[in-house]
Amino acid sequence: MKTDMNTENTLDGSIGGSLFNTGIKSDNFMPASIKRGIVLDRIFYHFTRFSAWAVLAVIIAIIVSLFIGAAPSIRKFGFGFLSSSSWNPVTENFGAFVPIYGTLVTSLIAMVIGVPVSFGIALFITELCPQFLKRPIGIAVELLAAIPSIIYGMWGLFVFAPLFGDYVQPFISSYMGPVPLIGKLFSGPPLGIGVLTAGIILAIMIIPFMSAVIRDMFEVVPPVLKESAYGMGATTWEVIRHVVIPYTKTGVVGGIMLGLGRALGETMAVTFVIGNANRIHASLFMPGSSISSSLANQFTEAVGKMYTSSLIELGLILFLITFIILAMAKILLLRTAEKQGRRK
Amino acid sequence: MSSMADNTLSAADVVNTVSDSNIPGPLYFQKNKEGGVSYDVADIVDNAKLSVRSLDFFYDNFKALHSISLDIMSNKVTAFIGPSGCGKSTLLRCFNRIYEMYPRQTAKGEILLDGRNILGKSENLNLLRAKVGMVFQKPTPFPMSIYENIAFGVKLYERLSRVEMDERVEWALRKAAIWDEVKDKLNQSGTEISGGQQQRLCIARAIAIKPEILLLDEPASALDPISTLKIEELIDELKQDYTIVIVTHNMQQAARVSDFTGFLYLGKLIEYDDTSTIFTKPGKKQTQDYITGRFG
Repeated sequence: MKTDMNTENTLDGSIGGSLFNTGIKSDNFMPASIKRGIVLDRIFYHFTRFSAWAVLAVIIAIIVSLFIGAAPSIRKFGFGFLSSSSWNPVTENFGAFVPIYGTLVTSLIAMVIGVPVSFGIALFITELCPQFLKRPIGIAVELLAAIPSIIYGMWGLFVFAPLFGDYVQPFISSYMGPVPLIGKLFSGPPLGIGVLTAGIILAIMIIPFMSAVIRDMFEVVPPVLKESAYGMGATTWEVIRHVVIPYTKTGVVGGIMLGLGRALGETMAVTFVIGNANRIHASLFMPGSSISSSLANQFTEAVGKMYTSSLIELGLILFLITFIILAMAKILLLRTAEKQGRRK
Repeated sequence: MSSMADNTLSAADVVNTVSDSNIPGPLYFQKNKEGGVSYDVADIVDNAKLSVRSLDFFYDNFKALHSISLDIMSNKVTAFIGPSGCGKSTLLRCFNRIYEMYPRQTAKGEILLDGRNILGKSENLNLLRAKVGMVFQKPTPFPMSIYENIAFGVKLYERLSRVEMDERVEWALRKAAIWDEVKDKLNQSGTEISGGQQQRLCIARAIAIKPEILLLDEPASALDPISTLKIEELIDELKQDYTIVIVTHNMQQAARVSDFTGFLYLGKLIEYDDTSTIFTKPGKKQTQDYITGRFG
């Protein structure tokens, strides 16, 4: 073994070197392979550092340019921009309330539907489903994630929305309509398209992402931890509820946030099915608009400085909403970690 | 290597012959050579808590246990020793059927717990595992507080008031000789105490549900000598109330803590007897070779 290594050094290192001079010149002798390795190491280090800094630089550049682009609108409307629901290109009077509302409501609907279903999929794949079904279901979920969003949009508009309007919405409104308080959400004509439809399409789009992440999290739970829970006679549900989910808490929240981030920013699919009306209705059946759908629809026709600037400010608001929600998720996780720490 | 006697197995031989079931050499001990499967209660040795009869175990197609038959005595400590991969953990995992978590692992034969075949289809696994507790090689505290770690298992089977639960938690922690160390931090996460404490917490957790049998799968192999000593003292203490089955790599440990010892090799039970007999005058040459450290 030892001889092998020495021979190798000599072959790579010194020209005509023997076993002996490796030992003698040990201070300044360095085989070429090691020299090459050091250079490569340095290049690699600089490359990775450059990549990391580049991301930061791009983010800062985007924020700065958004602020600059939105400056005229910010100066003109101030904070009133957030609460005004007018959107009038002729009088150049703009407000972001309707798109903000649309973005938040569609994302909320998507989360309400998507989170439980994603949990179900992830749990079924990791804990419950028979071995032979694991791969097909897993692949189907991944394929669902690979479908471009415009296809979801087209499918939503041409296939889902008509069926939804003809069969599902009348059914929902006849049963949910009379219910006090939430009944208002499900009243109105069954148009097919609208805020609820957009939320459902968003849910379908984010489910594969969330379930893939949550599934990966569940799969890293050490088998022996599950064994000891099962070994105490716990049922599958008890193991999941008390061991698997607490163990993977951080990752699961991360996965949900990933889905939420996507739902907030999703453009194409929402633009197709949300109806694009700058109005707020109590009913979820009615058309509305989200920030991203407003941007997609109006950028081509935006003439005039204030119109463009208002659209850029909408973009900035979307950016900030996403940022705030991600930050809140981080804080939430830190809080729980802190709480556990304080118990000491 | 070559200087060893021909019929002595070296470590290399062990590796080479794992897949080969026709090993030449001494015959293997099989208590019930007839291989009959019909036993009635009268067959069972008095005081046997667990009676294993012609147990075969398969990982897919690989036969990991070959017709194991033995009786495990009530309120005694039974140790299984043998080289890695000999099937001792596998045997232990049959006693609470934890292997059923994984597909393609099957056991054939009978394991009678108080005369009742626990390998039967009608056996309720949750209730079985309430009777047969298990502690694993690595400490596995659940991601919850120390208190909750104990209460979790109890809650699965019993509805206790807050006071009763407090008492039970304290009882289990005292029994596992860890109460004094954790009584002031019961709300701290179970994952934040030392490894030795975690393992005793896991033992406390197992005894909190008052099982009849305690399975210990190399419970001290990941621990320092002092924690190991504590665990061993604990085992001695616990056998008043429980039947204990322990798997260990450490022969001194087996000799110290157990009343009966079984030596497994390549999925077969080579010898099973009083611990003192096994370690002083073993009946089989293989056993002797193993305990004197000549292989394995």
